Amino acid sequence: MSTNTLTPAAPAPAKPTKPWEASISDRIKTAAIFLGSALFTVGLVAVTPLKGKLAYAIVFFIAFVVIDYIYNVVKGGRAAGADSLFRGFVTAAVCLAITPIVSILLTVWVRGHKGVHWTLFTKDMHSNAFQDPANQGGLLHAIIGTFLLVLFAMIISVPIGVLTAIYITEIKGRFTRPIQFLVQAMSGVPSIVAGLFILASIVYPLTKTLNGFEGSLALAILMIPTVARTSQEVLLLIPQDLREAGVALGGTQWRTVIMIVLPAARSGLITAMILGVARVAGETAPILLLAGGNNSVNWNMFHGPMGSLPNYIWQSFGTGTPDSVTRAWAGLLVLLAIVLILFGLARTLGNRKVGK
Amino acid sequence: MSTENFDVNDQGENMETNTQPNTLSSIASKREVKTAGTQAMGVGLEARGIHAWFGQKHALANVSMDFWPGTVTALIGPSGCGKSTFLRTLNRMHEFIPGAAMAGEVLLNGEDIYAPGTDVTKIRLKVGMVFQKPNPFPSMTIAENVLAGLKLAQLKTANKDELLEECLERAGLWSEVKDRLNTHGGALSGGQQQRLCIARALAVRPQVLLMDEPCSALDPGSTLKIEETISHLSSSVTIVIVTHNMQQAARVSDYTAFFLSDGGPGQMIEAGSTNEIFARPKDQRTENYVTGRFG
Repeated sequence: MSTNTLTPAAPAPAKPTKPWEASISDRIKTAAIFLGSALFTVGLVAVTPLKGKLAYAIVFFIAFVVIDYIYNVVKGGRAAGADSLFRGFVTAAVCLAITPIVSILLTVWVRGHKGVHWTLFTKDMHSNAFQDPANQGGLLHAIIGTFLLVLFAMIISVPIGVLTAIYITEIKGRFTRPIQFLVQAMSGVPSIVAGLFILASIVYPLTKTLNGFEGSLALAILMIPTVARTSQEVLLLIPQDLREAGVALGGTQWRTVIMIVLPAARSGLITAMILGVARVAGETAPILLLAGGNNSVNWNMFHGPMGSLPNYIWQSFGTGTPDSVTRAWAGLLVLLAIVLILFGLARTLGNRKVGK
Repeated sequence: MSTENFDVNDQGENMETNTQPNTLSSIASKREVKTAGTQAMGVGLEARGIHAWFGQKHALANVSMDFWPGTVTALIGPSGCGKSTFLRTLNRMHEFIPGAAMAGEVLLNGEDIYAPGTDVTKIRLKVGMVFQKPNPFPSMTIAENVLAGLKLAQLKTANKDELLEECLERAGLWSEVKDRLNTHGGALSGGQQQRLCIARALAVRPQVLLMDEPCSALDPGSTLKIEETISHLSSSVTIVIVTHNMQQAARVSDYTAFFLSDGGPGQMIEAGSTNEIFARPKDQRTENYVTGRFG
């Protein structure tokens, strides 16, 4: 016996298993319940006067929840049944929440992709009318306009937003609480109010003309709270230890913030910036009020009205012919793609580990 | 030995432990006792009647102590007795905590560091600090971390490479990192990170180095290396170390001070040479603590 324990037999090769996961027979049963409720739904809709997609969805949901509940009560008692009921309602809630988003994305894709041509990105509308076939003219002027408007808004709002966050998290002065409250309240300001504010404070008393820079000012007002709040959350994640270490090495608070806190928070601050951009890229009301619209490329932010994607979409829909509506959906698709790419970028950068 | 969860009412049960041989005093007595007086390193650091408050809570009452130049002083005592608070008053880090207040004087080379008009950043250059958790700057490489103090305090140095090597050498890390000075400090082990933090603190040439439980987050092997580093440094820097590990206090320190709180503010019960504190403590409470009995 002792020899056995001293020289164990060569271990059988271990196979990785996941005993906690649903077995194949469990999965077949779930699939059977799913299929059964689907068949029941089709049958019921066929024999009763119920009509339409909504009827299918509701009947299927009720049938599935009831059958799953009965199955689980029979198999595992009332607690298991209650569990399955809860699971069914949670799944239904998730589906309800996702439906409009998926529907928007699908609609924009289905209607917009026909209007997307290469010329969209190389031509503007100065020699075309919105009624022209969708493959003539383009939205180069709108893309450049939106790019410039957002760039200038970013240049104005990112320093202000980050400095506000630094005041709230690092300096913690007397006004920290009221400023924090104001920043939160400002993130709910309707965009038209920002537009009217610039109109009343700058355009009417001073410049008396519309240009891109005024639009950027209004966008900056909308961007500052987003940048400030996100930056504040990022800065709060930086361990207090690092600040103390910086100060203990003989640094002033200012140099500690510049040399240690901000570099440690760098990727998070970039995320804050991109979220701010995504927040304002599709803003329409202040742009229509302040930047006006322009059908040709305008690189000068301080002279003349500035085209933009929202303005292009608004004008195209307003024209109302089939070709111009296709044009509008294509513009929507481009705008949505830009915003989604920005969000993706923000997530990727935000997920990177600090300091890497 | 549990230093964390001591209970003042828990008298009877712990009496048995008295029969254990007092290894701490034997460890402590092996050390050669350094006496005060290497005046070349400045007059040293003196605390006079230090009190500390957090808001309304009186955390530390009337502590007076001298730290002789070129010696290692250990502050021991149970959690919440004010050791770390006291340590942080010595380089004005205490004021960083919202609601903090203090009373008393801390004399560095005869001048009160709390005197009005004192440049606090200059004080912290002379009295460096190593924290409980290793905290290298995540955005910097190993080399940048060591030299960070120079940039933070905007100091000039003749030869950066020389200073870099010297500091890492003194912290006992040079041989382990010399081939990857331009990689990030986050890739080092916890013990290496802590020695990197020691090297970083040394780069601004402090006169005093405060260490707040520098080994409490480290494994025994890394702890040993840090203790070796402390022994090497003690000839050139005055060290004050807070520790929960009494063996560590016995191994590395020349002088030991015992802190205790009886529910009220923390007080310094007894201070003396480490040998005395562990072998012949004068106060009954000190003896109970160092022998593992409380109450």
